[in-house]
Amino acid sequence: MKTLSMKNKFGRTALAALAGASVLALAACGGSTTPAASSAAAGGAGDAITVYNAQHDTLTQAWVDAFTKETGIKVTVRQGDDLELSNQIIAEGDKSPADVFLTENSPAMTQVENANLFADISATVKDQVPAQYRPSTDKWTGIAARSTVFAYDKTKLTEDKLPKSIMDLASPEWKGRWAASPSGADFQAIVSAMLELKGEAATADWLKGMKENFKAYKGNSTAMKAVNAGEVEGAVIYHYYYFGDQAKTGENSKNIGMHYFKNQDPGAFVSVSGGGVLASSKHQDSAAKFLEFVTGKAGQTILQTGTSFEYPVGSDVAANDKLVPLAELQAPTVDSAKLNSAKVTELMTQAGLL
Amino acid sequence: MDFSTSTAAAQPPGAKVRRSAAGGRGTRLGPWPVVALCTLIAAFSLLPLGYVVAATANTGWDTIIALVFRPRVGELLFNTLALVLITVPLCLVLGIGGAWLAERTSLAGHKAWSVLLAAPLAIPAFVNSYAWVSAIPSLGGILGGVLISVLSYFPLVYIPVAAVLSRLDPALEQSAASLGLGPWKVFFRVVLPQLRLAAAGGALLVALHLLAEYGAFAMIAFDTFTTAIYDQFRSTFNGSAANMLAGVLVLFCLLLLLAESKTRGRARYARVGGGVQSNPQRLALGAFQLPAQLGLIALSALALGVPLWHVGRWIIAGGAAIWERQDLLDALLQTLGYGLAGAAATTVLAFPLAYLAVRHPGPAAKVLEAVNYISSSMPGIVVALALVTITVHNVPAIYQTSVVLVAAYALLFMPRALVNLRAGLAQAPRELDEAAQALGKPPFIAFLRVTLRLSAPAAAGGAALVFLGIVNELTATLLLAPNGTRTLATQFWALSSEIDYMGAAPYALLMIVLSAPMTYLLFVQSKKAAGQ
Repeated sequence: MKTLSMKNKFGRTALAALAGASVLALAACGGSTTPAASSAAAGGAGDAITVYNAQHDTLTQAWVDAFTKETGIKVTVRQGDDLELSNQIIAEGDKSPADVFLTENSPAMTQVENANLFADISATVKDQVPAQYRPSTDKWTGIAARSTVFAYDKTKLTEDKLPKSIMDLASPEWKGRWAASPSGADFQAIVSAMLELKGEAATADWLKGMKENFKAYKGNSTAMKAVNAGEVEGAVIYHYYYFGDQAKTGENSKNIGMHYFKNQDPGAFVSVSGGGVLASSKHQDSAAKFLEFVTGKAGQTILQTGTSFEYPVGSDVAANDKLVPLAELQAPTVDSAKLNSAKVTELMTQAGLL
Repeated sequence: MDFSTSTAAAQPPGAKVRRSAAGGRGTRLGPWPVVALCTLIAAFSLLPLGYVVAATANTGWDTIIALVFRPRVGELLFNTLALVLITVPLCLVLGIGGAWLAERTSLAGHKAWSVLLAAPLAIPAFVNSYAWVSAIPSLGGILGGVLISVLSYFPLVYIPVAAVLSRLDPALEQSAASLGLGPWKVFFRVVLPQLRLAAAGGALLVALHLLAEYGAFAMIAFDTFTTAIYDQFRSTFNGSAANMLAGVLVLFCLLLLLAESKTRGRARYARVGGGVQSNPQRLALGAFQLPAQLGLIALSALALGVPLWHVGRWIIAGGAAIWERQDLLDALLQTLGYGLAGAAATTVLAFPLAYLAVRHPGPAAKVLEAVNYISSSMPGIVVALALVTITVHNVPAIYQTSVVLVAAYALLFMPRALVNLRAGLAQAPRELDEAAQALGKPPFIAFLRVTLRLSAPAAAGGAALVFLGIVNELTATLLLAPNGTRTLATQFWALSSEIDYMGAAPYALLMIVLSAPMTYLLFVQSKKAAGQ
C-alpha cells in the first residue's frame, strides 16, 4: 500500500508536469497562428499602413486595392463600427496601431478629435474637399456623404400620407408604423443632428415618442427589408441601402419608395463620413497619401461608379446618376464638429432605446 | 439516488473497500499541483468578470440604480427569460427523444438518423437565422428567437445523450424488466436517470449559448441582454450601461449553474463488476414507426433543409462572381488555423478541471468549475473588451495578437470541452487506474494508458465542439483578431449586414463545410466510445 501511494504521488506530479507542458504548447500554438500579424511585420515595408475602418467593408476594400495598385503601399484593414473603433483608438492612445481612421458618420471623428489624437490634414486634402464637408479645425476631412431618407412601402402609403417632417414620427398617429435601427451609428448621427438643430428638450421628447411608436431592427438594411416585407410602413434609414439592393437582385427593395424630407428638416440631414490621420502614426506620409487618394479624383470616382451609392464630396466628382443630386436635398446646415455622440447615447438610453 | 445504491450493490465487495481506502488518501481538495494549476486557469478565466466588477465598482450607486432599474432592462429580462425557459425544455425533448429513437428503438435507418440528428450543429446559428429571414422576412420576436435556437442547439443535448445511451449497461434495464417494469417505466425509471449528467450538461450548454448568442438574434431583431450589451458597446465602448447589463447577465448565469449542479447529484455510473457489458436491445417501434419517421423528417427539414436550401439558392443566384473575392481563401485558412489552435488550447486547459471535478469532487473542484462556467458564460463581447482593455493598458506586447484571441476562445468555449471531458472521465473509473498500478504499471503510465485513453474520445468530442464554436464565433473575433485578420464568420457577418446575401453565401457554405467533418467526427467518436 505504501509503494502504491508513493507511486501515486509521482503520477500526480507527472500529471501536473504534463498539464504544464501543454499550457506551454498552447502558448506556442497560439503564437504560431499569426499569419496576418507576422506577415505584416515581415513585410515591414516602412510605409505599410493600418486603416481602422468603420465604412462599408466593400467600399474601403475598393479604395485600398486601387491605392495599393497605384502606390505600392500595402494596407491592412481592421473592420468595426464608428463608435466602437473611435473608443478603441482612444483606449489605445499613443500606442494605437491605426494610421488612418475612416468612419460612416461624423460623431466618431469628433470624439477622436476631442481626444487630441488626430494629426492635421494635408494641404492637398484641403484643396480637394470643399470646406462645407470638413470641420473648421482641419483635423479630419469628409470622404463621402449619405442622406437620411424615409423608406416606405409603396403598396401601403401614398405620397400625401407621408410625414412632412421627421419630427411627425413621434406623434401618436405613427404608432407602430415605422422602423429604425437605434443601435447603429447611422441613426445616432441623425439624432445628433436633431439635438444640434432642435435642442435637448425637443429631442428627448421625440425619442420618448419614438419609443412608443417605432419597431427596432438591427441595421438599416434589416429595417428596409422589414418595410419591403410589409411588416411596417416605413423606416428612417440612409439612402444607399435602397440603391445597393436595386443593383443586386432588388429582392429586398422591390416595394420600397424613397421619401426625402428636404426643407432643412432634421430628417433631411446629410451625414458626412470622415477620414483622418492619427497623430501617433509612424507612417505619416503613407497615411496622408492614402487620405489624399480617397478624397482625390480616383477615390471619389469609386463612389460614383462602384456599388456603395454614397455621395462623393471631393474633387468635383458627381454622384452616381441614379441618385438625387446632393444639392437638391435641401439638407440643414450642421457643424459636424458639434455633433455630440455621448449626449445622444445618454438620451437614447434614458428613453429606453438602448 | 436509487440508482447509485443499486450500482454499489452490484459491485463486488472488494471494490467498495478499495474505494474507501482511496478516499482516505491525499487531501480532500485533490493533489496540490492539479489544484494549483486549476487555480491559475480559474484566475485567468476570471479576468472578464473582474473587468465587469471593477467597472461596476467605479460606477456610482445612483448611476447603477438608474441603469439597472429601468423599463428597458425589464424588457430584456422578459425576453431572455422566456427564451431560456421555452428553448431549453424543447431542446431536451428533441435531444433525448431523438437520441432514444436513434439508439434504442427499431427505427428504420437509425444509423443515418443518428448522424442527421447531429448534423444541424454544423450550421452556425447566425447562418440558420440568415436562411430563415430569407425564407420568412418577417421572422422575429420571441417565436423567431425560439425557432432559430431550438433548431440550432438541440444537437448539444442530443450528442452527449446519444453517446451515453449507446453505451448504457443493458443489465440494469434487463433487471428492471425482469422485475416486472414495462418498457416505458424502464425508460423513465432506469434509463432517464442515467442520462441526467449528459442531459443536464447539454441543457446548460444550450442555455449558455442562448445567453451569449449575438448574430442569430441580431439578424431577426430579437433583443436579449447580449444584443443589448453589444448595442451599448457599439455606441459607448466602455459605457457603464453595458457593464451593468453584463452584471445582470452574470447573475443569470449563476442561477443556471445552481440549477445544473442540483441535477448533477453524486451517482456513479461506471460498471466495475466482472463480465462484459452486452449490446443494448432495441425496442420494437411497431405502429409508431411511421410517426417517428415523419417527425424526424420534419425536424431535419427545418434544421437542415431550410438553411441548406437558402444558402444554395443565394449561391446559385450569385453565380461565379461571388467566388472571385480574393479574401475567401484567406478567411478559410485563418478560420482553420484559429479553430485548431483554439480547440487544442481549450481541451488542454479543461483537462485538469475535469479531472479534479470527477476524481476529487470537493469544494475546491466545485468552486473552480463554477468559476470557469461563470467566465465562459460571459458574452464574447465582454470577454473581448476585457482582454482588449487589459492588454492595451498592461500587456501591450500581446495586444492585437493571435495569442489573445486564442485565449478568448479558450475562455468562451471551456464548458464544451469540460462537459465532455467530465462525462468521459466519469466513465473511466479510478479503480481501473489503480488496477493497472496494482498489476505493476507505474502510475503515470497507468494514467496514460487507462484514464487518458478512456477519456480520449470524450476529449476529441469536446475539441470538435470547441472547433465548431470557433468557426462560428463572431463578436470576440471582431474585436480581438489581429489587424487584417478576416475569418469566415466575420466576413459572412460583414456581407450579410450589408444585405449582400449573395456575397455572404460562399462564406456560409464554407462554414458549413468546415463544421460538417467535425460534427461527423463527433458522431464517430461517440460511437467508438460505446465499444470500449
